[in-house]
Parts: sequence; C-alpha cells; structure tokens
Amino acid sequence: MFEAHKKIINTEKIAYWIFLVLGVMNVGFVLMICVYLLIAGTPAIVKVGPIDFLFGTTWASTAAQPKFGILPFILTSIYGTIGAIVIGLPLGFFSAVYLAKMASRKVKAVIEPMVDLLAGIPSVVYGFIGMLVLVPGIRALFGLPDGSGLLAAIIVLAIMILPSIIKVSITAIEAVPEEYTLGSLALGANKVETIFRVVVPAARSGISAAVVLGVGRAIGEAMAVMMVAGNAANMPDSLFQSVRFLTTAVASEMSYSSGLQREALFSIALVLFAFIMVINGILNMLLKKGIKR
Amino acid sequence: MSENNANAAAEGNIFTVSKFNLWYGDHHALHNINMDIKEHTITALIGPSGCGKSTFIRNLNRMNDLIPSTKLEGSILYNNEELVNSDIDVSKLRKEVGMVFQKPNPFPMSIYDNIAYGPRTHGVRNRAKLDNLVTESLKSAAIYEEVKDRMSSSALGLSGGQQQRLCIARALAVQPRVLLMDEPTSALDPISTGKIEELAMQLKEKYTIVIVTHNMQQALRISDYTAFFLLGDLVEFGPTEKIFTKPEDKRTEDYITGRFG
Amino acid sequence: MSVASTKRKIYKATMLSLSNICMAITVALVFFLIIYIFVKSIPYFSWELLSTSPSYLKGTIGVLPDIMNTIYIIFMALVLVLPMGVGTAIYLNEYSNRPKVEKAIEYCIETLAGIPSIIYGLVGMLVFCQFMGLQTSLLAGALTLMIMNLPTIIRTTQESLKTVPQSYREGAFGLGAAKWRVIRTVVLPCCIDGIVTGCILSVGRMMGESAALLFTAGFAHNLNGFFDAMHSAGATLTVALYVYAKEQGRFDVAFVIAAILMLMSLVINITATVLARRIQNKKGE
Repeated sequence: MFEAHKKIINTEKIAYWIFLVLGVMNVGFVLMICVYLLIAGTPAIVKVGPIDFLFGTTWASTAAQPKFGILPFILTSIYGTIGAIVIGLPLGFFSAVYLAKMASRKVKAVIEPMVDLLAGIPSVVYGFIGMLVLVPGIRALFGLPDGSGLLAAIIVLAIMILPSIIKVSITAIEAVPEEYTLGSLALGANKVETIFRVVVPAARSGISAAVVLGVGRAIGEAMAVMMVAGNAANMPDSLFQSVRFLTTAVASEMSYSSGLQREALFSIALVLFAFIMVINGILNMLLKKGIKR
Repeated sequence: MSENNANAAAEGNIFTVSKFNLWYGDHHALHNINMDIKEHTITALIGPSGCGKSTFIRNLNRMNDLIPSTKLEGSILYNNEELVNSDIDVSKLRKEVGMVFQKPNPFPMSIYDNIAYGPRTHGVRNRAKLDNLVTESLKSAAIYEEVKDRMSSSALGLSGGQQQRLCIARALAVQPRVLLMDEPTSALDPISTGKIEELAMQLKEKYTIVIVTHNMQQALRISDYTAFFLLGDLVEFGPTEKIFTKPEDKRTEDYITGRFG
Repeated sequence: MSVASTKRKIYKATMLSLSNICMAITVALVFFLIIYIFVKSIPYFSWELLSTSPSYLKGTIGVLPDIMNTIYIIFMALVLVLPMGVGTAIYLNEYSNRPKVEKAIEYCIETLAGIPSIIYGLVGMLVFCQFMGLQTSLLAGALTLMIMNLPTIIRTTQESLKTVPQSYREGAFGLGAAKWRVIRTVVLPCCIDGIVTGCILSVGRMMGESAALLFTAGFAHNLNGFFDAMHSAGATLTVALYVYAKEQGRFDVAFVIAAILMLMSLVINITATVLARRIQNKKGE
C-alpha cells in the first residue's frame, strides 16, 4: 500500500508539471511568433528606412531600381476595412436586432445555424464566387475593362465579416437585462422604440466589440481578397482601382521572392501584425468593459 | 448513554482540536476552537447557517485545501498526527476520514463503479475483492437490497435518498475510521432522512461520526456529543443530553429553545 | 401631439423595415451561396475527377490527392492540438495556482485567436519549414494549424470543464483521490461532448484554411500514404481550389472542390449545432 501511494504521488507530480508545461507552451508560441516576425521583419525596414518604407507611395520590388514603399498597401487595407464595415455593420447589426428581439424562436432556430454556416464557408470559396459573380457584375454595371479591384474586395470582406458581427451583436443585445425593456414599455414606448432607444444603447460596448472583431477579420483576410482585388500595387485612388492589401502583398510575392524583396515582405507582415495587436488590444478592452457592466 | 461515553473516553480521542483559527482572506471565520472527538461516538455540530460548522468539519479531512487563500493556525491532531499546515499525505488521511456531502453527489457512472471508485483509487484491482467490498459497503449503507439488481445502471437514476445512501456506501468502501457528514439530510425528504439517521446510529459501532446538522431534533436523536457554533465561535461543547437540558451558556439556551437561528 | 405621433410611426416603420430587409438580405445571401455552388458544380461532378490524381500525360485532373491531403493534415493537426489544447485548459481550470502565469497564458490565447492566418503561414514557414528543417510539407502545415486552433480547443474545453459540478470533484477528493486521478476519472469523462464540439469546430476551421498552408504545406498534387504525405508537400482542397481557379483557370474543377468544401461545412455545422443543443439540454437537466 505504501509503495502504491508513493507511485500515486509521483504520477501526480508528473501530471502537474506536464500540464504546467503545456500551458506555458502557449506563451512560447506567441513569443516565437513575435520574435520570428521581428527578426525577419526588421532588416528591410532598417535598410529602406522606416519613413520611406511606411510612407513611400511606390512599390516596385522587382524593378531594376527596386522601391519598397508600402503606403499603398496600408491605405488599401484601411480603406478596404472601413468599406467592409460600412456595408457589413448595418447589415449585420439590423440582422442581429431582428434575430435577438423580433424573430420568433422557430425562425431564430432556423436562421442562426445559417449564420453559422456563413462563418464556416472557407475564404477561398468566397473568393471564388466573388471572382465569378461579383467581378463580372461590377465590370458590367460600371462599364469597366476589369471588375476586380477595391470595391469587389470590400463587398467580399463585408460578407465575410457578417457572421462575426451578427453573432457578437446578438450576444450583446441578449445580455441586456429584461428590466430595461419592461421599464421602457411601462413608460409607453412601443417595442421598436424600446429596442433601438433602450436595449441597443445598453448593448453598445458589446456591439462595438463586434465592430472591432470585424475590423480584425477584415484586415487579416488574405485569400478571398487576393482572388478579387486585382493585385496591382496601386494607390487606392478609386473604388475600381486594382489594389493590394497588406495581406495579399505578402501572399502574392512570397513564393518567388528573394533578397531584400523577401525581407521587405516580412516587414509588411510585421506592420500587419502591429495593426492586429492594436486591434486586439482595443477588442479585449471593450470585451472586459462589457463584462464589468 | 453515560456508559457508552465512558467507554469512548477510555478508548481515547480520535481528534484533538486546540486553539484552531481559520481565515478566508481577511475574514476570520473560526476563532480559537478547542474540541476533543472520541472514537465510536456521534458528534453533532449545530448552529445557525454561516456559523462555521461546515468550514470546521472540512478541516478534519483537509478538504479546505481545495479553497485558495485559506490561512490556518493552531492544531488538529488526528490519531496523534498534526493536520494543520503539515505535509501529511492527504490522500491517506481522506481514506481514513471519509466524507458525505450536503447534496448527494454520486459520480455520473454506474452504481458499481461509484462504490468501487474509492478502493480503485487506493490500488485495489482484484475483481473478487472489489465485488466483495462493493457488496459489503452497500449492505452497511442499507441500500444493497434496493440496487443489487441494477449495479451497472447509472447512479444518477436513483432517488435523492438512495443517492445519499449510495454516497455513504461509497465513503464506507475505502474502510474509513471516521465519517464526516455535512448536513447529509438537508436535501432529503423525512422518510429518507429517517433511514439515514438510523444508518448513522448503526454505523457508530464501527466508525466515528461527525455530523453537521441544522436540525436540532436530529442532533438530539442520534448524537452522543453536541457542539454549538455561533459566528465562528465554539460556544459550548459537551454530552448531547447536557447541552439540550442544562446548557451552560445563555446563547446555547436561546438557540436550543428556538429564540433565534 | 399628432406631429410627434406621426414621427413615432415613421421611426417605427423605418426601423422595422430596415431590420426585416437586412435579415432578408443575409438569408438570401446564404441561400444564394449554397444554391449557386451546388447548381453550378453538379454538371462537373464525375467519379473520375473524385477518384484519380492529375495526370499530365493524359491531360486529366483529379482531386483525390487534395482530398486525402486535407484528411491527413486535419487528422495530424488534431492529434497535435488535442493534447496541447485540452492540457492547457486543464491547467488553467484545474491546476493553476499562480495567477500571474494564468493571466499570461490567457493573454497569449487571446492573442493567438486574433492573429491572421497569413501571419501564421509566414511564421510556420520560417520556424517549421526552414528552422526545423521540415521543408514544405504536410507536417509543417499541420504544426501551423495546431497553433492556430489552440484557442478554439482551449476555449471549448474550458467551457465544458466549468460545467462539471464542483460536487463531483469534492466527492472524489473526499475519497482520497489525488488531483490527476479526479480529473482523469471523473472530470474529463463529463467533458467529452464539449471537447468533441471543439474538435468539430477546429476541423471546420482547418478545412477552410488556406493562407496559412500556402507556404507551409505547398501545392503538390501527389497521392501518398499517410507517412509519406507527412514529409512531402501537398495541396489541401482549399489551396487546390485557389490554384485551379486563380492560376489555372480551371473553373470546372474549382466548382467541384467548392461544392465539396461547402458540403463539408454544412455537415460540420449541423453536427456542431446538434451537439451544442445536446449539451444545452444536459445542462438544463
């Protein structure tokens, strides 16, 4: 019996350490990602010069006199993300209000899995449908030589962020205490006024979290955008311009890059990572605020 | 009754608690507790809820280890081994000092596996020995007849009272010396309660029982000694008869006679 | 008073119709996507396409290698991520007694959840393919997918660990069982449903992933056995869809792959929903 107990105690100690190590490995992975991005991404920024790199308007990585300015990509990513939010937010927000407050239980039980499905469709499928439906559609509608460009990317991104906006907004709206609704109804407000003037404002930090989550998704999406945005390194001067996002700039040249060009691609990834870290910081802040309230 | 007590005293104390204090964070939950618990007796801990009796009983098998930020002072001797802040093998201690909880908590397994859980934990692998332990424990807990035909069905299908007796059987299966019962009947109907009380009195022959209860009739019916807790103090401790008939402390008298609580 | 009430009526009508219209658009979108893919792809489905490898000699295309690669990489990534993720969740919920370590791990999991897949792809390429010398291979891809899916597995496992009643743990501790035994024999068996849900969600994400696999798992269309496939490059269905649609202009093949992916998402979604409802019912009991 004594031996058995000693063995049990040893197993327990080993189990504790295994779980501790597994947990700490997560920290290791994040550190690994940060360190590798920094090591791989810094040299080109130093060589090109941070100002020229971040604010240079020309990207000509394979030219005889290569230029590495990534402002076009940064602006494209920002415009693209804003555009996606402008379209996706109202669509997602009103859908969420409908599902959370107006739909009957049955309708909700049918539609919610559909929203989940939207979230589960692979991004290449979105890109593919965008290529075949959206791009020719835009070309025909506006009489352009080519329909691929910023607008097509914005629409695809808007659809792709829709499920996360809907999901998070529903959670936020449903978390508003029932007493608010009752209080407002008791004062003579009708149901719609109650929803939009009482419930929605009370859920605003959760809804802003949905927006930030959507921003993060949109700015990080690569494949779908790569299939519809045209991929020329232009400044995003118009909605129909063929453009490259930060993500697609990395993806489209990586497989044949070398030397400074390759280093510059890692620098772009580093810039993207910086954007994402800021967005995640804001997101976590909003979510924590939402929980506190 | 007095003869019985004399015997117990002769056999000595199984727990000796002296100057025991407990804090949860900043909250001083138990103040300077002194108490001797004798073998083969039933000791009832009574008092209004939140007075520290459950907290106290959980120190007798170190279940309070599970709650972080608990601070202990003083001494609890079990069988002359120090429990407070010592590095004794809690697994061995809990094998000897079993526990039955307020809400019946059978594991989501078969009836057989529930009872066999403890013995298996302590290294019993032999099937025949396990079978024997399971049967004996169920018999001791007076539930064998009710479950013998469905040993492999889920324990969650039993009624609340049956579940609680199953939990007692489960605790007995590791062959403990002491059984701690934390309000074992508070979630049960009167008939099940009666069965468990009867069981407790039978078990006294072989085990020492410490029972937390809200129900003063219950304490009076089954216990040999009674301890009255109030707001973290042990107000009075002595033979049950004396506590209920000639309490020394005014507060005990008030509580017993139902003036508060 | 009447102006105010007219205003209120307009407000009500506007908001109500906006909600209805937006919901209708969303629903229509889902239907359009599903119907478009399935209707367009049906003519291109053939047993030959599904059951062969591409052949330059015969000039034919087959997606079997891509299907197998997808299955292999998901299987391998799951084998890797399950112990890591479940282990981390167990540490956080059951063991952790150091708040600082716990906080650091939680923060890192949040960070992992937010990193875009293209960055995972790059770092996976740097670390697994180059530094660890795995080359462009399914194993490198699976390792990348493992890190990406840690947050999903950890979160779902944590959620289900939280639903295990504390009284089960107390009961087992009270019998003298030590922590790992309690977790292994009482706590984890209660969490199987939750962990399976996490796996299904992860399978969905892995199946849909492409950007992270471009530079780690590669583009090859060779049919291999599991162990050969692990250390050779191979395209998954998503990567193959990208290559066929964007680089080779073979929309017929792309449609078939898109339909397969769509079907798989449907199956995964339905399974996850059913499981989630089952767990919900259990909680209600």
